[in-house]
Amino acid sequence: MLQILKYSFFDMIRNRWTFVYMGFFLILTVALFLLSNDITKVVLSMTNIILYLTPLLGILFGSMYYYNSEEFIELLLAQPLSRNAVFTGLYLGIASSLSISLILGVGLPMLFFGALSSPELPAVVLLLFLSVVLSIIFSLLSFIIAMKFKNRIKGFGISIFTWLFFAIIYDGIFLLILLLFKDYPLEKATLGLTVFNPIDLSRILLLLNLDESAMMGYTGAVLQKFLGSQLGTYMILITLALWIIIPFLYILRIGKKKDI
Amino acid sequence: MIQVTNLNKRFKKNHVLRDLNLELNQPGITALLGPNGSGKTTLVKSILGLVITDTGQILYDSKETKGQFLYRHQISYLPQIARFPENLTGRELLQLMKSIRPNPVKEEMLLNLFELHKELDKKMSEMSGGTKQKFNLVLCFMYDAPTIILDEPSTGLDPLALIALKAYLIEEKKKGKQILLITHILNLVEELADNVVFILDGKIYYQGGIKELIEKQQVQNLEIAIANILRTDAANS
Ligand SMILES: Nc1ncnc2c1ncn2[C@@H]1O[C@H](COP(=O)(O)OP(=O)(O)OP(=O)(O)O)[C@@H](O)[C@H]1O
Ligand SMILES: [Mg+2]
Repeated sequence: MLQILKYSFFDMIRNRWTFVYMGFFLILTVALFLLSNDITKVVLSMTNIILYLTPLLGILFGSMYYYNSEEFIELLLAQPLSRNAVFTGLYLGIASSLSISLILGVGLPMLFFGALSSPELPAVVLLLFLSVVLSIIFSLLSFIIAMKFKNRIKGFGISIFTWLFFAIIYDGIFLLILLLFKDYPLEKATLGLTVFNPIDLSRILLLLNLDESAMMGYTGAVLQKFLGSQLGTYMILITLALWIIIPFLYILRIGKKKDI
Repeated sequence: MIQVTNLNKRFKKNHVLRDLNLELNQPGITALLGPNGSGKTTLVKSILGLVITDTGQILYDSKETKGQFLYRHQISYLPQIARFPENLTGRELLQLMKSIRPNPVKEEMLLNLFELHKELDKKMSEMSGGTKQKFNLVLCFMYDAPTIILDEPSTGLDPLALIALKAYLIEEKKKGKQILLITHILNLVEELADNVVFILDGKIYYQGGIKELIEKQQVQNLEIAIANILRTDAANS
């Protein structure tokens, strides 16, 4: 498995899209710093961009990489290697290169513009952490989609729809439910609904820890009321971990049954 | 060494392998014949665990293969279509293979045999079809496995490479290897094969010697014998 990880990692590193990806975040972060020298503001604007973009790019890169690796998978699985090792290695290769690109692309400018000595350091670290978590989750989802749909066009379409769903449609449905049932006590139900959206979870986690209660939104406020910041944070972290573990196990399961 | 019992495989509604039974025990070259789409590739991919079958059993050296992978140490497989990670050069591809499966024994000799040294630094995506196929053959042959499964090895090869391939297979046969050869080129079968297995409608239609197959059809040569079988089958269905 390690050799496969190593190969797919280096394959990604050599891929110019990885550089485009890293360069994009690098330029974005630097640009935000040049626009406003206030790190607090930069972190806040980054938050929204990262919450939407890392899932989109993660899901697109993931399906692209999987489809481009199909030949390689065939070659590997004819060798004495287990399916778990092949799919895990391949996935870790893309997840690690995406994560490293993000950490470098966002982290380096942050360092350069003095994040270490700023009171916003915890927020910066949390932001980086969540961007990595979101890339991991959405590239996992992209692997599932690509493994299920042999047809690339279909696969990409469904990937983009999945992103749209979590980034935009979900919130719309959420608001609609709130509006329709505004006479009922819905606080717990909305909490329950949030659990099914890793982007919302990440947003709330960030805002719970950013002291920007005004931006926390409805679910954030509810969460704080019920659980307090600390317990809320733990709950979210556990849920995000499940968002990684369950899709990962599902990938292994599909991998076991897939005709190559 | 390979024992297939009551194997069934469907792709959606397409029932490709139907209660297929096959035993391949002797060393030597067995040609696996059958019309396009009859399930030859599906059968060998099932043996390798690349295709997941619905029901039935495949034993290698009397051991169940389902869900296993170590038995593939004993098998060298040449896929029908040479598909590789496109952005690798030939050299990197060989390197990669060696890091996954160490200790190739014949790499240098095979590169010479197929005159590949000058192609080593080309990207796979920029190679000609025949050259890709030669790399495909090198990757397959460079490990010393007792069973060799070849899915149309002659595709795209020039006459020199084809002669090299045939000579190589005869050498391997002499070493007592078990070779399963899928091909549509009957000259190749007549030149190389000790036995044939004919697959038709998802079942084994015939397994045995070439001579016996020709005699059974009461014709002069293998080509006509096979054409006869196919015509009768088409008429019956
Ligand atoms: N991955 C797949 N998904 C769906 N159907 C498949 C798949 N692989 C093969 N088939 C179908 O299974 C049948 C047998 O295909 P297979 O490739 O085994 O034939 P073959 O005997 O190797 O043919 P050829 O001589 O053309 O190589 C065909 O009808 C084919 O369409
Ligand atoms: Mg075939």
